[in-house]
Amino acid sequence: MMMFSLDDLWKSRFDGKECFNALEGLSASVHGGDIVTIVGPSGSGKSTLLLLLNRLEDPDRGRITYLGRDLRKWNVLDLRRQVGMVFQQSVMLSGTVRENVLYGPRLVGRECDEDPEALLRQVGLDSSLANRDARDLSGGQQQRVALARVLANDPAVLLLDEPTSALDQNAARGIEELLLGMQREKGLTCLWVTHDLAQALRLDGETWVLDCGRLVEAGPTVEVLNQPQHPAAREYLRSRLERGEAR
Amino acid sequence: MSITATVLTLVFIGLTILLSLWQRLGLERDLLIGTIRAAVQLTLVGYVLLVVFELRDWPYIVLMVMVMILVAAQNAARRGNQIPQVFWKVLAAITATEVMAMLVMLGLEIIPPTPQYVIPISGMVVGNAMIVAGLLLNRLQAEIEAGRQQIMVALSLGATARQAVLPVLRKTVRAGTIPIIDNLKTVGLVQLPGMMTGLIIAGVSPEVAVRWQLLIMFSLTAVSAVCAIVLAFLTYPALFTPAHQLREPGRSRDPAKS
Ligand SMILES: Nc1ncnc2c1ncn2[C@@H]1O[C@H](COP(=O)(O)OP(=O)(O)OP(=O)(O)O)[C@@H](O)[C@H]1O
Ligand SMILES: [Mg+2]
Repeated sequence: MMMFSLDDLWKSRFDGKECFNALEGLSASVHGGDIVTIVGPSGSGKSTLLLLLNRLEDPDRGRITYLGRDLRKWNVLDLRRQVGMVFQQSVMLSGTVRENVLYGPRLVGRECDEDPEALLRQVGLDSSLANRDARDLSGGQQQRVALARVLANDPAVLLLDEPTSALDQNAARGIEELLLGMQREKGLTCLWVTHDLAQALRLDGETWVLDCGRLVEAGPTVEVLNQPQHPAAREYLRSRLERGEAR
Repeated sequence: MSITATVLTLVFIGLTILLSLWQRLGLERDLLIGTIRAAVQLTLVGYVLLVVFELRDWPYIVLMVMVMILVAAQNAARRGNQIPQVFWKVLAAITATEVMAMLVMLGLEIIPPTPQYVIPISGMVVGNAMIVAGLLLNRLQAEIEAGRQQIMVALSLGATARQAVLPVLRKTVRAGTIPIIDNLKTVGLVQLPGMMTGLIIAGVSPEVAVRWQLLIMFSLTAVSAVCAIVLAFLTYPALFTPAHQLREPGRSRDPAKS
């Protein structure tokens, strides 16, 4: 089943002085149940791409379809619940951890169906945190709350922008196992931005390499990481490996 | 107060000009213009009021109040020049506020329906609404920028633009209403309000002057709240696209045209 198809996406940005392209003609597709890791240098357009898939922004040119239907034809509020997003910065809404986790379900009057404590335990947080002010938590705890908050909407697709960047190795692995489990059990699809090539290998799905707003390499993770074809991809992967970040 | 006494009040302006010259504050020009404008405008309004008070006809009262609202809206709208059709939104907010205030005061017969009451009190209501509107426009865009990430998170979880922006609107409306509430708490202790002072000097007993002052202060509190809320709800949609997307800063107009 085709989850997403991205066709020739362009997106310009304005940095206060000049306009430049954050995405330049990106095309790709994602199948249901895939885990796609997205890697690439800083500023290559990874976060921008995720914003388009959740329709927080629209591309200037090009077309995205979700489940075979143009993204613009979906009810945007339903779409965002189905295609959940975890931002690069964990931003807490005002209120307690419980209020954060229940924010999505409350919007559609479904808060009774959810058990916030269970969701917190799933992402590795003690359920006693539920009544704390969310903004008082540590960076790593906030990152986990952000994940629990999206899972509460029971999405079919997760857009994850470096969801374990504030966590240590063990904690990161815990999150990986959780999401891999959901992939196996419910067919969850993930687009997962990461700078950690070892993490990409552990997730062992597909990998896309972005460079200057273009998709320069895509394929099974092992192949992309071991035999990159495109010079920009090779260059990027080598620089990551030199820093001892994979294998 | 005699004409001579009035002319002698210019001593204060002369004193300020001397100070300005001595300390090189460069205020002389603005001071002169301001003094002349204040004298001319107030004198003219005095005569206009004299005429209007005689007329006692509703159309004239309404016309005069409409002129006040137009000038106030035009003035406040300058604070939100990035928002499309800001003038009409401010106009609607100030009009709604004035209508609310007059409905209560006339409907409950707190004031009699004569120009002597309706026009000066409308002037206070509209003037206050103007200040609140300007403040709100100034802050709304800044607060939305500051709360941008929270708004994006709320939207990404399926909130509508309105649901996502509500905490920011609350904060902004609160900021627009706090000055007058603070004023309620300190009035009389720090300063005697201008209107009450005027009444007392003109020979009204302090007891009656206080009653009028309370009416003004209480009504202006409601005026601030109503004007801020109406304007906030009229304004925020311009900062989002129809697909519940937060526009980029400075792109509250159609992004395709920028
Ligand atoms: N809101 C914005 N306004 C202006 N420019 C932006 C904005 N967001 C991103 N950009 C620019 O767009 C380009 C792509 O940014 P993006 O955030 O997609 O990169 P990224 O691949 O996620 O990088 P990183 O790995 O550092 O998170 C960058 O050059 C960035 O400076
Ligand atoms: Mg990013």
